[in-house]
Order: sequence, then structure tokens, then C-alpha cells
Amino acid sequence: MRLREFKPSVTIFFWKLYSADVLRKYDLKFNGRAKMKHRKFGIFIGKKIIRLLILLMVVCIASFWLIEQSPIDPVRAYIGEMSIQPEQRALLEEYWGVNTPSHEKFFNWAKNLLNGDFGVSLIYRMPVTHVIKERFTASLILMASSWLLSGVVGFILGIIAGMNSGSLIDKAIKTYCYVLIATPTFWLALILLLVFSVYLGWFPVGLSVPIGLTAEEVTLFDRIQHLILPTLTLSVLGVAQIAMFTREKLIEVLSSDYVLFAKARGEKGLDLVLRHGVRNVALPAITLQFLGFSELFGGAVLVEQVFSYPGIGQATVAAGLRSDVPLLLGIVLVSTVFVFLGNLIADIIYEFIDPRIKQQEATQ
Amino acid sequence: MTSNAEITVERTKGDEALLKVKDISLSFSQYTSGLRKTEIKVISNLSMEAYSGEVLAVVGSSGSGKSLLAHAILGILPSNAKLSGKMEYKGQELTQERKEKLRGNEIALIPQSVNYLDPLMRISDQVIGNVEKKSEKLMKELQRDIFHKYDLKSDVDRMFPHELSGGMARRVLVSTALMNSSKLVIADEPTPGLDEKNLNETLSYFRDMANKGCAVILITHDIEAALKISDKIAIFYAGTILEEANIEDFKNDGENLRHPYTRALWNALPQNKFQAIKGHQPMQDEVIDGCFFYERCSIRDEHCSKGTPQLKMINEGLVRCNNVS
Repeated sequence: MRLREFKPSVTIFFWKLYSADVLRKYDLKFNGRAKMKHRKFGIFIGKKIIRLLILLMVVCIASFWLIEQSPIDPVRAYIGEMSIQPEQRALLEEYWGVNTPSHEKFFNWAKNLLNGDFGVSLIYRMPVTHVIKERFTASLILMASSWLLSGVVGFILGIIAGMNSGSLIDKAIKTYCYVLIATPTFWLALILLLVFSVYLGWFPVGLSVPIGLTAEEVTLFDRIQHLILPTLTLSVLGVAQIAMFTREKLIEVLSSDYVLFAKARGEKGLDLVLRHGVRNVALPAITLQFLGFSELFGGAVLVEQVFSYPGIGQATVAAGLRSDVPLLLGIVLVSTVFVFLGNLIADIIYEFIDPRIKQQEATQ
Repeated sequence: MTSNAEITVERTKGDEALLKVKDISLSFSQYTSGLRKTEIKVISNLSMEAYSGEVLAVVGSSGSGKSLLAHAILGILPSNAKLSGKMEYKGQELTQERKEKLRGNEIALIPQSVNYLDPLMRISDQVIGNVEKKSEKLMKELQRDIFHKYDLKSDVDRMFPHELSGGMARRVLVSTALMNSSKLVIADEPTPGLDEKNLNETLSYFRDMANKGCAVILITHDIEAALKISDKIAIFYAGTILEEANIEDFKNDGENLRHPYTRALWNALPQNKFQAIKGHQPMQDEVIDGCFFYERCSIRDEHCSKGTPQLKMINEGLVRCNNVS
């Protein structure tokens, strides 16, 4: 069996594909063409950056307007449940600028944003950038591990189902995926929590580190143990999607003319699927997985809430419920960039790594 | 079959046929309107023989199931296909297991178009195919040799299929058959869309293969192209072969042709009378009792509408017609 080409991770494989291609073009005195390619990439990225700026502007205006329309009282958010005198309230109102006209408020906020000042979080009492940095790092580990897990497991399940389409194992995987798609994330989180943490006691009930320890005392094992259930929950939804997609795509590839010809040349079984199936399914599957960044973020909000995992999702819920406007707006902007990045990577894969698309553009 | 005896008689002067196809029928079961299952017959009672060192052209109109004949020989039919009849390769029965063992090895397919190449695999990897690691280097050298012979430069090795021009793609596809020690080469519509020069060049590859001892089955709709290089021409109509004529029979205005359909084909060519006959081939779901050509035939009688005519050996060619002698 010739697995040689598939042993390195898929990314390395595509990188090889890409870099070898660049090298070849240099090889063949196509120096100019390779240069043109880099220029093209520059133009592509430039266009994307302009698009991102426009998107951020629109998101800023839209979310600011929404917040303005909502019955949020910054004074109430600041003092919490305390009761205060009307005079003090008036002072605070002036301090927070409750009575400033909307457009003035917006321009003040936008000006500060441009200077890198996202304001101070009302509930955490520290700069928003600081809160987001800390929370986002925690979430990133959670999201990255579940993203990888769902991608790998989903892809493998999809390949198995597609290879044996119509068989019992295919039906089992399909049923499993349908059930997963229909399952609400928070409900699944609760069930996992009940079974594994409460009844079996294998995993902690919540948080990202054990309670009552200083930061130095927390071991890597502790962190991993706290990460397992949230990761599992968060990856489950992604598994179903990528598995169904991979299955569909593989069936399509296996009924293609080039697989028929490969069969006519004596290739068969797993070898055939690895040589032609995986090769042709991997690219679209990875693209899809990058496009799933938005769902990943949405899922993180729910999962972190159930597991009291101190990540960006939990901070979002807290900021929303407790009227922490600066933090909420900050998170909205950061998540916009995050999802945009996912789409951008998908676009890059699509336009610059797939040799077919590259060629089409070259001939245009 | 009554003709079996005759076939053997004729072949005693030459070698035994490499591939014998005897009375094969191929049908697909299909679900139409809800759960009603119907059988669509695409090949019926087809017989033919391919000899080493000869080019046998199977000529028929597009969409008449010629490609499926190739797929049936290679055993790569879809799962809802039903194949009956017998095939023999080197005198032994060609079972599905044997097909799987022989294909890509002794039996090679040359496909129609570049669509039959993996779009994401480099040409040289593709032409070499799935080989063991230890023979990889040897195969690479062989591939380079073959490419050199076909005037494919070394940068073609690292190209992807979509980067090939039409003529290059054709040569790449042909070279896949040379990578193995193929004894039977089945070329499925290898000539569409080629200009005169490329066409002749491609055809010469097949003639070369036959001259080196391969049996070549050339499946095509282009009777003119077939006439240029073939030794025998089998006329495919409505899922069966109506006539297997030697190339000489097409000379002298086609006077020696046996079947009225072959004659009609011959007369339809621009350089001949350029006359088409009326009607069209029977549809695949039509049930026909008599001769498949009955509706359009000029020499039919009531006898022809009942029962398929037997294959007869006339003047060193085979024909499926009652009224020829």
C-alpha cells in the first residue's frame, strides 16, 4: 500500500503542493510568472483588508445603534444593586454621558477605538482589551482543540461512510450525524456534565482550573482535564456537519470518471480511496471547516456558559446580561475579525492552493 | 449459436482469438415513476472476437452503449448492471475476479477524455499509477521513456490534467496503456475533436500497438477514422453487432458489405453517396422481437419481424441478417 503521501498531515501535503508549484515555475524560467503570482496574492490580501475595514465600520454602526435602542442603563450597570440619591445619580449620569446625543456618543467611542482604547469594562473594572485578551486566550485553546477534533473525526467518519455507502456502517454514521445535528449544544453539555462529572466523577464540574489553587500550583494535567468535556461538546456539532459533507463529496468522487479509470487500471479498495478520494475531498472539507468559525464562536458561548468556563463566550453572556456596553461592543468587533479570518483562510485555500482555480485565473 | 462452428473453421488458419465475447447481454434495472422497476437493455446478444496484432473497430452512433461494452470487458460496470453471456480471454473464461486481476495489467483501457484523469494528481504520478515503492524508480524511467517517444517534454510530468492541451492529453492517455505489458487495449472514443493531423497521429499509435502484437479494440463513432487503421470493423447497432466486416469489404463502393445497415452507413459518407436513410435506432426500453434493423430495412420480409436473426459467416465476415447470402 502506498500511504507515503498521506502520512504527513494534510496541511503539509497541500503546502508541498503549493511550494512545489512555485519552485517548478522558477525552474522553468517562469520567473516572471511566479513574481506575478506574489503580486496577485498581495492584491488579493489588499482587497480583503479593505473589505474587512468596511465590514468593521458597518458592524460598529449597527451594533452601536442596537445598543442605543436597547433599554440599557449604564448607571444601573455601574452601581449594581446599590440604592443612591437622585443627586448622585445625576452626577453619575453626567459622568457616563447618558444625556449626550447619540451621534456624539458614537463619534467619541469611534475616536477612542481608533486610538486603540476600547474603554473600561463595567463589570470587570479593567480595560476591555485586557479582558478580551485574557478571555480569548482561554477560549482559543477550547475552540482550537474542538475545531481540530471535529475536523479529524468528522473527516474520517465521512470517508468511512462514503466508502461503504449504502451499507450498515454508512447508515449508522448517517443516523449518528442526524441525531447530532438535531441535538441542542447546551442540552448535550448538560447531559455530558451529568454523566461524566456528576455520576462518574471523571471530570470536574466546571471552570478551567481547580478551585482554591494559585496559578503556580495548577498543572497542565488540571487544565487538560477541565478542557475535555467542553471540547467534546463543542466538537460534536462540527463532527456531524463535516462528516456528512465528506461523505457526500466522496460518493461524488467515487462515481467520477477518473475513479472509474483508476479502477480500470487495477486500483481498488482503500488504496483507491486514499489515492483519489482523500486527495479530492480534503480541500473542500478543509475549506468548509474554516467557514465554520462562526458556528464555533456561537457554540463556545453556550458551552462556556454551561461549564462555567471562563472564556470569551461566557464574558459575552455576562456583558450582555449586565449591560457592560464597552465590553459587549469590544467582543462584537473581535468576533467579527475572528470569523472574517476563518473565511479569509477558506478563500486563500480555494484561490491559491487548488491548482485548478489558479490555472483558471492565469488564463483569464 | 449456430455460428460457433463456422467461426472456429475460419480461425484455424490464424491463431486463437485473444478475447472472445459470446452472446453477452447487458441490462440495467431502473426505478421509474415511484417504485416501478424496469429493465433497460443496452447490449443484447453481442458477439465479437479480438485477435493479437489486429485492430478491431467497433463502430456505432454516439450514445448507443459502446462504452458500456468496454466497461463490461473490464468489469467496471455500475452495481445495478446485469451482465449475461460468456467472455473468454486466452481461451479461459473471463470471470469478474479474473477481470479484476487482468485490468491495468494485461487489459488496458484508453479513456475518452482528460476527465478520466484525477484533477489533483500530477501527470507522471497518474501515468505510473499505484505501484510498489521498490519498482517506483523503474516505472518512472519507463514513463519518461514513453513520454519522450510521444514528444511529451519533462515539464509535462509535473503538470495537472487541466494544464494539458487536447493533443497532449490524448498522448498522455495513450501512454497509460503502455506502462504495463498490455496485451489487449480497449480505446474508447479516442478521436473526437481532433484535427486531421492529430487524428492521424493518434490512430497511428493504435496501429503501432497492434503491430507490436497487441489486440486493439477501437470503439468509435467515426467510421472514416476506423477505416484508416483497422483490420476488421464491427458495426454496432441498437446494442448488438450487426456485421463484422474485413477492411477489404469496404473497397469497390462497398459492394461486398453484407448487412443493409452497413451499406447504408457507407452510402451516408460524404465522399460516397451522402445519403442518409430514414428512421432512428430503436430506443433502449423498446422491446423488439425481430431484427433490430427491421423498421428501417429495405430488404426485409415478414420472416424478419420474428426472432433475432442468427449470426452467419458469409464471405469471411459475420453478419446478423436473414436475407443475405
